[in-house]
Amino acid sequence: MTEYLLLRHRNQGEENIADLDTYLALGGFEAYKNIVTTMTPESVVEIIKASGLRGRGGAGFPTGLKWSFLSNRFPRYVVANSDESEPGTFKDREILEHNPFQFLEGLMICAYAAQSEVAYNYCRGEFWELTHKLEEKVHQLNDYGFLGTQIFNTDYSLQVYHHLGAGAYICGEESALLESIEGKLGQPRLKPPFPADRGLYQSPTVVNNTETLTNVPLIMSRGPDWYKSIGTEKSCGPKIMCLSGHAKHPGNYETELGITFRELIYDLAGGIKGDRNLKAIMPSGASAPILPANDEVLDTPLTYEDVPNIGSQLGSASIILLDDTVDISWAVNKTMKFFKHESCGKCTPCREGTYWMSHLLGRINSNVAETKDIKLLEEVANQVTGKCLCPLGDFSTSAVVSGLELFREDFDFHLSNGNQSIQDVNI
Amino acid sequence: MSKEDNILVTKYGDQIQVILDRYPDDQKRSAVMPLLFLAQREGLQITDVIMDEIANILGVSTTQVASIVGFYTLYYLQSGGRNRIQICTDLPCALRGSDDFANQVCDTLGVKIGETTEDSEFTVEAVMCLAACDKAPVFQIHNSEGISYFENQTISDVQSLIDQLVKVPEILEEDDK
Ligand SMILES: Cc1cc2nc3c(=O)[nH]c(=O)nc-3n(C[C@H](O)[C@H](O)[C@H](O)COP(=O)(O)O)c2cc1C
Ligand code: SF4
Ligand code: FES
Repeated sequence: MTEYLLLRHRNQGEENIADLDTYLALGGFEAYKNIVTTMTPESVVEIIKASGLRGRGGAGFPTGLKWSFLSNRFPRYVVANSDESEPGTFKDREILEHNPFQFLEGLMICAYAAQSEVAYNYCRGEFWELTHKLEEKVHQLNDYGFLGTQIFNTDYSLQVYHHLGAGAYICGEESALLESIEGKLGQPRLKPPFPADRGLYQSPTVVNNTETLTNVPLIMSRGPDWYKSIGTEKSCGPKIMCLSGHAKHPGNYETELGITFRELIYDLAGGIKGDRNLKAIMPSGASAPILPANDEVLDTPLTYEDVPNIGSQLGSASIILLDDTVDISWAVNKTMKFFKHESCGKCTPCREGTYWMSHLLGRINSNVAETKDIKLLEEVANQVTGKCLCPLGDFSTSAVVSGLELFREDFDFHLSNGNQSIQDVNI
Repeated sequence: MSKEDNILVTKYGDQIQVILDRYPDDQKRSAVMPLLFLAQREGLQITDVIMDEIANILGVSTTQVASIVGFYTLYYLQSGGRNRIQICTDLPCALRGSDDFANQVCDTLGVKIGETTEDSEFTVEAVMCLAACDKAPVFQIHNSEGISYFENQTISDVQSLIDQLVKVPEILEEDDK
């Protein structure tokens, strides 16, 4: 792809599109204006449906379909999910920082399509500075008459507000996020009912990821057929791939969905740091099974349909590379520390399970574990899987189960080798 | 209510109204998180008095406010350094040397992870992913002015930042005189 569609600030010669006048001069908000003044909400939903856009927040749910599910009650709400806290994910932050108006335009089009007059952008608390900048941009949009009452002399009114989280990964889960806006603990709700029926303040609500919404103005201005021509049949459009860990050049890479791991890692990102060998890939942050870096995996297209075929998930494409110096048991221990810290504590298998798995992995990594500890680790992982209220419970076991299955020697090593630590090699 | 129970309302009345206006009239409770952030401008510690005041403003119980403070990691019940240096040591950053980096920062300040310097200027903490993994080593500084990111850091960057942060109040005091 020659043109950046999401990371548009990177296009050669493009001026600073975080500046409203520049964004407007480049055709910004034309789609929004056209929609508000000439289109029905239903026809917007139909176009998004036809585009094949799928959610970029992890689950890949068809966006237009989600918008069409809203119960026929009012008020309705639209919430952007800018909580971005999965280890290895840093795409939404770049969008919000450098291409904020395309995101806001997407959020505003979504609100119109959902017939919602209030939209919130939920940003993780760490985005404190960024959120203050975004609030200023929203003020500007009010001043320009794109937000407020009787927008473009129509009956439509819309306000956009920001809500800051305060350091809790679980608030990225949509129902926990809604609880958090309501001023409650960020703990997931039992589903159903889904947000489309009972969301924010028990009203019908759309929750979409920041990157998902940033696609919307493109689709509305260039048409669903154009959009569908990018990517694969089931995974349409551009996607930001976050590449971290042992990449030679880590960073965000905007590509078409459907390029292979190999193309991304070796052609675009220059291969592995220090030209070492790649050992394993974590394609969806800490939350999905680890993949071995073999030819089959490397030649797999990055799509919602292909990555599950090799035993993992595309998620939000937060791809962590592990080179051949990495002790997988150490990496798994790191992920478990994360999940233990981030478990919201609402259900016992997750709260206790992450605690025990972290304890056992800690023992293994300190070379004091015995074979029975590994067995116990496997058992605990099995007891957690499928028994939790929200997906975090299952996420927490992905790296453990796949790590043990594929790289068992990295765990056993700590049992047989007494006091030696191969973690020393790994600095 | 005595005046000292009205710290936020007295000082930030207008801003509190702006915050409350973001949420429906019958959903004031939604404002608890932004009000807690506002309170932390007075110093990074949420006191009982502040929780009472926020509970009063929102018409909820102090226990409800306290549970929010306890749940979210960016609100602090315990006092710490004036600046919290929160270094990401999560997996992607750790693969790029952030554990070592965190230890070096600790050595520079003469503390361990989780500890506060004797002059109460700095607390060093290890935190989870900050959404800046491609720019490791990365940390944020959380103080009463807010939260700022520092990316692609070296230990000498940290050293000069520390000097700068310690100097700031002196400069302010001189200006005040
Ligand atoms: C534990 C957990 C954490 C999540 N974190 C995020 C997140 O940080 N950002 C995000 O957009 N979605 C996150 N999600 C997915 C959301 O629940 C939801 O599916 C998504 O925001 C929907 O938007 P989309 O359809 O545009 O992807 C998370 C889900 C779970 C279970
Ligand atoms: S699975 Fe874990 S994070 Fe999810 S609701 Fe249960 S305790 Fe909370
Ligand atoms: S792992 Fe450190 S910023 Fe993501």
